Amino acid sequence: MDFPYELFINAVIAGLLLGGFYAAVTIGVSISFGILDIVNIAHPAFIILGSYIAYIVNVRMGIDPILVSIIMFPAFYILGAAIYQIYYLSFERRGQEALRSLAFFFGLLFVTEVTLILVFGVDYRNVEAPTYIGPTWRFGFVDLPLRMLVPCVVSILLLLGLQFFFARTFTGRAINAVAQDQLALRLMAADPIRIKRIAFGISIATAALAGALLIIIQPVEPSVGREYIGRVFAICVLGGLGSLTGTFIGAMLLGVVESLTSTFYGPSWAPAVAFGFLLLTLAFRPSGILGR
Amino acid sequence: MAAPLLEVDNLTKRFGGFLALENVGLSVNQGERVGLIGPNGSGKSTLVNCICGTLHNEVGTVRFDGADVNGLKTHERTWLGMARSFQLPRPFTSMTVMDNLRIPLIYTVDARSKSRLSPSELQERCTELLTLVGLQDKARKWPRDLTQVEMRKLELARAMAAEPKLLMADEAMAGLSHSEVSDIVSLLIRLNERGVTIVLIEHIMTAVMSFSQRLIVLVSGHKIADGVPQDVIQDPDVVRAYLGQ
Amino acid sequence: MRSSTFLLCALAVGAVVFGLSRFIQSEYFFFAGYVVLQYIVLATAWNILGGYTGYVNFGSAAFFAIGAYTTVAIHKTFPLPIPVLIVIGGVISGLVGLGTGYLTLRLRGAFFAIATLALAVVVQTLITNWDYVGGSRGAYILRPAAASLFGIYQLNYIEYLFLIMLILVVLAVATARAIEVSRLGFGFATIRDDELAAEASGVPTLRLKLIATTLSGAFMGMAGAPYPYYITYLDPASGFNLSYAVNSIAMPLVGGTTTWIGPVVGAILLGTIQQIATVTISSAVNLLIVGLILIAFVIIAPNGLVGLVEGWFRKKDA
Repeated sequence: MDFPYELFINAVIAGLLLGGFYAAVTIGVSISFGILDIVNIAHPAFIILGSYIAYIVNVRMGIDPILVSIIMFPAFYILGAAIYQIYYLSFERRGQEALRSLAFFFGLLFVTEVTLILVFGVDYRNVEAPTYIGPTWRFGFVDLPLRMLVPCVVSILLLLGLQFFFARTFTGRAINAVAQDQLALRLMAADPIRIKRIAFGISIATAALAGALLIIIQPVEPSVGREYIGRVFAICVLGGLGSLTGTFIGAMLLGVVESLTSTFYGPSWAPAVAFGFLLLTLAFRPSGILGR
Repeated sequence: MAAPLLEVDNLTKRFGGFLALENVGLSVNQGERVGLIGPNGSGKSTLVNCICGTLHNEVGTVRFDGADVNGLKTHERTWLGMARSFQLPRPFTSMTVMDNLRIPLIYTVDARSKSRLSPSELQERCTELLTLVGLQDKARKWPRDLTQVEMRKLELARAMAAEPKLLMADEAMAGLSHSEVSDIVSLLIRLNERGVTIVLIEHIMTAVMSFSQRLIVLVSGHKIADGVPQDVIQDPDVVRAYLGQ
Repeated sequence: MRSSTFLLCALAVGAVVFGLSRFIQSEYFFFAGYVVLQYIVLATAWNILGGYTGYVNFGSAAFFAIGAYTTVAIHKTFPLPIPVLIVIGGVISGLVGLGTGYLTLRLRGAFFAIATLALAVVVQTLITNWDYVGGSRGAYILRPAAASLFGIYQLNYIEYLFLIMLILVVLAVATARAIEVSRLGFGFATIRDDELAAEASGVPTLRLKLIATTLSGAFMGMAGAPYPYYITYLDPASGFNLSYAVNSIAMPLVGGTTTWIGPVVGAILLGTIQQIATVTISSAVNLLIVGLILIAFVIIAPNGLVGLVEGWFRKKDA
């Protein structure tokens, strides 16, 4: 049988580009779950929120969605900080984390999705063509659709930026430290609660950007968020919690596998891939591929 | 001479790149009172966790009462007769003090003997244990209403409820006053007189010295001393390890 | 009160409810009532795992749908009486619960919760791609006009479904209470309070968690088994409806998770509110309200309504 090389290679490349984007989607959870140990399953809802905001501003004022999301960073950051404060006061301080905090974030996920349905309805929404949604670069038989390439590149820039932040700035290093030793942090006269709040704020701010990238890649409707819950946590677990490099590799892996499945077996199976991966990883190698 | 009750051989435990314990070996004989000391971070709690099965050690063996317990889950080791108390007390907060003691009786003692204690027998044993640790008046109270030292006692009582052959008391006295510490030490000696082998992991030197028949010292994941307490504390390596802190 | 006595009392209450319902002419009452009863079962089932052991299941919809789609699959081959379908649905859902549990319960509760989310999507994808049960197009089930009890008493079919669900409620609630007062329930509570200490005390935590997951999944599947006959057209959108996921969590949390009464109270309260709201407002607003109530209760009243009542009594004693 003639192995369809061109199809295969294009699927792999599409998968890598997709994976790059998935890394942007996941990085927020990598921070909140990997570093802060908060299971924020509502993260995809904030991403979708970011998508819709990018959509509205784009349609009304013609501004590029990625630009919109950057403008929205402060607002999302504040939202994240506020949510952390509520989380801290209600759960972390009382020591009743597990059940109730999960229910809390689930409630947030739910309320966000239903509110979006009420405001926007269930139709798919698209952004109008910034110059990179239409065209595709071609190299021989290799297709590089710009609408996938640009988000992938932006995502890599985001990751590099965060890498720098965590390694070189005081706040960034404090955030890494707070995961390991709160007492030591206190002795350095840094308030762990404030540091965690900053970290969570950053986590939600990344959702704004991820949302803009999402709506560039595909049309969005409110329930799309739920498909991403599995992907996000699958990548986090695959990549080993809290590791930026791990997140990136895990995202690439998932992207390629999903792309291949979609190309050769049909797109309706794609959501199951991520979740199947997640279940298998949890069952057999919960510390991840780069496991600690 | 009978085989040791607990034999640890060549135990090594890593957390990713960090080597918490390396090649640790020790043995504890039936009826002994052994003290385990070491600076913060030396791996004492990790050792207890590995012996109990809470953590899995990739290298090394643990033999209890003649049987290899590698691969057995924590509750199975408890069924065999190992018990431990936790450094930070972990009571079952949704139950009364007395009910906290019922759990090990139902889930360990009954499981072991394959017969069920009747409700009145359960009541009797709980009361006996509570009296032993001095908590008989608190039977119907909730854990959140107890003082620090009372919670430590509950922690020990709960460990004892499982009728263990070996009890590992992990820093049961941290943060207690001088008289509270003597309280707990005499309690532990009383328990030992009932036939329970006890390993006391502790920082408070007065307690350790008055309690232990033998002293083991752990520093940075290595055992550096093992012998009669008077000799161990004069060992130059031990002195260096402590003065250097 | 002994468990057998409780069961008799519950059956008696059920009989009274059913007896009174014979006087009601409106069919709407039975349609709405079925949904509320269904939620009581789902909430009780969820609580056996979530409330008693503290392990949160976000995938209630999956277990419910497994029950419903088992009925559809069997119905297409040869129709069986509903009680049999319920048993089969329960067994299969229970096995899925056992399997999921076995794969993921050795990890922390958070991972288990995420895995249940994953499960819901995997099951939904599998069923959407399974044409035999209609796939994404859905399947039609003809509802018979009437049914007879023991061959003598004639009921119209929706009343029959109502009765079936009422019996399921009795079974579920009696089981939940029996667990709660037994040694098993005692063990569950230790898992919820402090799993590490439970293990150290000799509690075989994995085994107990697997029992909880299996029972919980089984009851959810049993609740789903009659559903195709109720709704007559089953497609993945209705089978995996968002409202199952949120309600099976919200109802026990609002009612109170530590006893069997909590889910019942929560289900009756939220279920009735929603039935009224769906008629007067849209169903989306309805779900929004449930979500907001869930968040509010989780923050303000973590022990639910039952907890609030107990707290009030305790203050009076003090």
